[in-house]
Amino acid sequence: MVPVLLILIPLLTGVALFAIRQEATAKSIAFLSTLVSLAIMLAGMSVWNDAAHLSFNQPWIGALNSRFHLELDGMSQLLCLLTSFSFPLIIYSTWNNTYVDGNRFFGLMLLAQAGLMGVFMAMDGMLFYFFWELALIPLYFLCSRWGGEKRIQVTIKFFIYTFLGSLFMLIGLIMLYFKAGGSFAWTDFVKLNLSSREEMTIFILLVVAFAVKMPLFPFHTWQPDTYEQSPTAVTMILSAIMAKMGVFGLLRWLAPVVPAATYQWGDNFATLAVVGMLYASFIAIKQDDLKRLVAWSSIAHIGLMILALFAPSYSGLQGIMIQMFNHGINILGMWIVVNVIEQQFGTRKISELGGLAQKAPVLTIMLVIVALANIAMPLTNAFIGEFMMFNGIWGSTATKFGMVYAIAGIITIILSAVYTLRMVQNVFYGPTTTRTENAVDIRFNVQLALAILIVGIILIGIYPKPILSMTSEISQQILDRMNLK
Amino acid sequence: MNNIIDYVWLVPLFPLVGFLLNGLLRNHVSKSLSGIIGSGTILASFVVSILIFMQVKAGSTGVVTLFNFIEFGKTVIPFAFQVDQLSSLFLLIITGIGFLIHLYSTAYMHEESDMHFARYFAYLNLFVFSMLLLVLGSNYVIMFIGWEGVGLCSYLLIGYWFKNIEYTSAAKKAFVMNRIGDAGFLLAVFYLLSKLGTVTYIDVFSKVDSLSGQDLTIITLLLFVGATGKSAQIPLYTWLPDAMAGPTPVSALIHAATMVTAGIYMIARSNILYTLSPVTQTVVAVVGIATALLAASIALKQNDIKKVLAYSTVSQLGYMFLALGVGAYTGAVFHVMTHAFFKALLFLGAGSVIHGMHHEQDIRNMGGLKKYMPTTHITFLIGCLAIAGIIPFSGFFSKDEILAAAFANNPLYYVLGAIGALMTAFYMFRLYSMTFQGKFRGTQEQEHHLHESPAAMTIPLVVLAIFSFGGGLVGIPEVLMHGGHALNDFLAPVFAASTSKMTPHAIDHSTELILMFGLMAVILLVIILAWKKFSGYQKTASEETGLGKVLQNKWYVDELYDAVITRPVNAFGKGLEKLDRFGIDWIVNGVGRSVQYASRQLRLLQSGQVGSYVLLMVLGIILLFVLQVFLKK
Repeated sequence: MVPVLLILIPLLTGVALFAIRQEATAKSIAFLSTLVSLAIMLAGMSVWNDAAHLSFNQPWIGALNSRFHLELDGMSQLLCLLTSFSFPLIIYSTWNNTYVDGNRFFGLMLLAQAGLMGVFMAMDGMLFYFFWELALIPLYFLCSRWGGEKRIQVTIKFFIYTFLGSLFMLIGLIMLYFKAGGSFAWTDFVKLNLSSREEMTIFILLVVAFAVKMPLFPFHTWQPDTYEQSPTAVTMILSAIMAKMGVFGLLRWLAPVVPAATYQWGDNFATLAVVGMLYASFIAIKQDDLKRLVAWSSIAHIGLMILALFAPSYSGLQGIMIQMFNHGINILGMWIVVNVIEQQFGTRKISELGGLAQKAPVLTIMLVIVALANIAMPLTNAFIGEFMMFNGIWGSTATKFGMVYAIAGIITIILSAVYTLRMVQNVFYGPTTTRTENAVDIRFNVQLALAILIVGIILIGIYPKPILSMTSEISQQILDRMNLK
Repeated sequence: MNNIIDYVWLVPLFPLVGFLLNGLLRNHVSKSLSGIIGSGTILASFVVSILIFMQVKAGSTGVVTLFNFIEFGKTVIPFAFQVDQLSSLFLLIITGIGFLIHLYSTAYMHEESDMHFARYFAYLNLFVFSMLLLVLGSNYVIMFIGWEGVGLCSYLLIGYWFKNIEYTSAAKKAFVMNRIGDAGFLLAVFYLLSKLGTVTYIDVFSKVDSLSGQDLTIITLLLFVGATGKSAQIPLYTWLPDAMAGPTPVSALIHAATMVTAGIYMIARSNILYTLSPVTQTVVAVVGIATALLAASIALKQNDIKKVLAYSTVSQLGYMFLALGVGAYTGAVFHVMTHAFFKALLFLGAGSVIHGMHHEQDIRNMGGLKKYMPTTHITFLIGCLAIAGIIPFSGFFSKDEILAAAFANNPLYYVLGAIGALMTAFYMFRLYSMTFQGKFRGTQEQEHHLHESPAAMTIPLVVLAIFSFGGGLVGIPEVLMHGGHALNDFLAPVFAASTSKMTPHAIDHSTELILMFGLMAVILLVIILAWKKFSGYQKTASEETGLGKVLQNKWYVDELYDAVITRPVNAFGKGLEKLDRFGIDWIVNGVGRSVQYASRQLRLLQSGQVGSYVLLMVLGIILLFVLQVFLKK
């Protein structure tokens, strides 16, 4: 029951919002709906934590033998928790932003939430594809309707990229459907014994969609533009949750389904991932726009997750799992700060800002903590993830070059300190500028939102066990399927 | 309390609580309260540390596990503390000297507003907390938490006056340089995990035989990369002199009680790994002696009182690495201890001078201060004698132990080390004479306000002076007093495995005595020379030329790094962005443009209303959902 509720609540509320004309009411309803989703999610992880509540399996499109099959296993729980935790926080922390036709804005946001939840729970290929698109389309409208100056051009780019990816994925899923004897069930997919040529073909078809979403170098050029041009609330969804769709896709629909091809192509993709990490980190050093800076830093961080998947080991996979969650909440923190700055000063240019520490000490302290998580300081959540991933990459038995990847990749932890601290220095330290001399500190809602994130950052950083144990079984299954230790 | 060791977690807990209290309540506490919180928590840790030290001295050691930090597969990395001779000694140094610095700060930082005063103490407490984690951890990962933690705290404190963009640049530089070292440390941890599946000291050291010589060399070299960052050795030393941007007591904390000793501690802790990899030992010794000489040469020509001391720290750390490189682990730890006393003393003394001179740091504008600041003067002189290595001041014993071990290993090390010692004596007494002797060269206004510092500042100076004087007596060499080296006996269990693998190169007693007192005689000559030369120092307008100019400009190493690393990295980032925009993205946009063209033609058929698209989409979805799922049931 829980999976269905997690989809239905945002879906129905989202639709209903189109009928409500007042922005303030729409916003409150949307916020309430996300809180209810969160409550249900938490109930699903505690009192209703049993198979009967966490699974839903009914026939769907009979002609295709496709089933409406949703499961909340460990990995789904983690990502649905991230989704249901992020949405209320996004709405709450951007409470003072105003939108033309606000009801539609929030309606589309909730539709995206429904799609995302579906993606993370679907155990049927067709259903997965359906939700994948359901998540994508509202975002396309959100960017093109409420974005910045160059929104149309940028949205088209974003759309073409993701649409092409989805198209390939659909073909791949259909191929799998026939190989599985007319079934879209994930459980049938992972039992297939495909020839290496078939695996190879399907691998290529599927991987493009995921690579675009994360994004993996060189499929990334939509991302900095889209993050920059979208309204910040949308950028938050894109980076905190949507980027995880790609990583999740690799973990659920790629590696276990075509394990031999994943293994065989491992070094190629690992190399792309390393190159992308370094590439993005170097570019991040020279960014002046805060949004682009965070976008590039995100490409570098996600690159590490991709690397850990293509140079797999148990430690690395567990690292990816926890880091998907961590990256989500950390980047939310970054965006909240960016949003405050943009709303208050009307600019995101680092060169026009400065001296905020004198004017907004609370914001500064909170930003510094989030920034430390961004550079994976020990005792913050990201350290756990990065440590386990690097350790996994180094010791991976799937590749001969694990050490090389780890050494090349570790350079990015130095570069991340360079670009993150440069941003902290130029925005928060030093003298004030004409734009920032009348700055005021953050409102209560932003303070609370950031405080919640910071508590999460530190708790996970000190005691990661609860999250790691959620996904331990799934990580082991993926490795077993790839015949790795 | 039957066994105080089980309560070792109290030691880091107190500063952590202090950090949280001062940090969260910074807007609500008065200066005196935040000073009491800040200093009191460290004092409490010091008291517990003393009790622990007594227990360890009585022969009990132990590991206290709090919980399992990271687990994967069979690998468990516990959050655990190891109490033994080495860590308990460091606890005393960190909390003891740390407390004196906190106490001193209550007076030194008095001009700050309440909020920033509390912020300062919060950072200071966090610093001590991180350092305590570093030395208490029972495995390399917990050590790494402290390792990066002290890096962070130095960043926060160097950039404490955050309005000044230069200071925050120095802070950033410190963090990034440390990060470079940290990356090396992390790789060593991964190497250990992949070979042994554990990073817990006890397990690693007991399985050391299963590592090949090559493994050991790589691991130890990677760890040493970490040490060069934290302990400011070539090539990562340039952050430390710039770290002077922070308040002076912070410099004392960084240079004496915390942070820079981390690298020494780490290698002393891992001594068996280093003993078994002679290649690394040579590298460590050579880097150490080279750093000692390079930094000492720069110190000869610096005019900022704190800069001289900063380079002297880099140089003294070089000696400690030399000791580690030649296997004199006790000697290195001994020098950490004596150096902590006299360097804390010298920095706090310098702070007292700067306080008295109203933020003047240029020694060319000082002179004759002994008249105005008698306590500062005497204690500073004691510090100088200790660092120069005059018997019976503490530095004599530790430096002598290092040089004797260096001689036994390779006489060239000794010769170079002795040259460094002479330079040390020279620049320290240049500094002393220009500051305290001769005539006052500052402005009249400065002279009018000159005063001795308050008791909260002079008491720590006196305490540190006593230890700088007598602290060396725990390590009197065998040749002077049979059984006089109490420290050696105390630390023996920690270095036992290494000792059994090393072939002792003893030098005979007469050689040792000649080296010891011969060098000291020359040092005394140098001191007299420097004293005479700089007591009558007059300001001149002439600029340095030749080698003097090179030294004054620190061998242009900063400029070199800027040209070879910083600027190319920036240019590379910029170039890549261009490539991205005009290369990869251009291709993509080409596709985009053609689609856009096509869509412009097609748009005529569409209404263009977002709402209607969405409505249709949503209706479709609901229809599908309802029809397929619920009607079929």
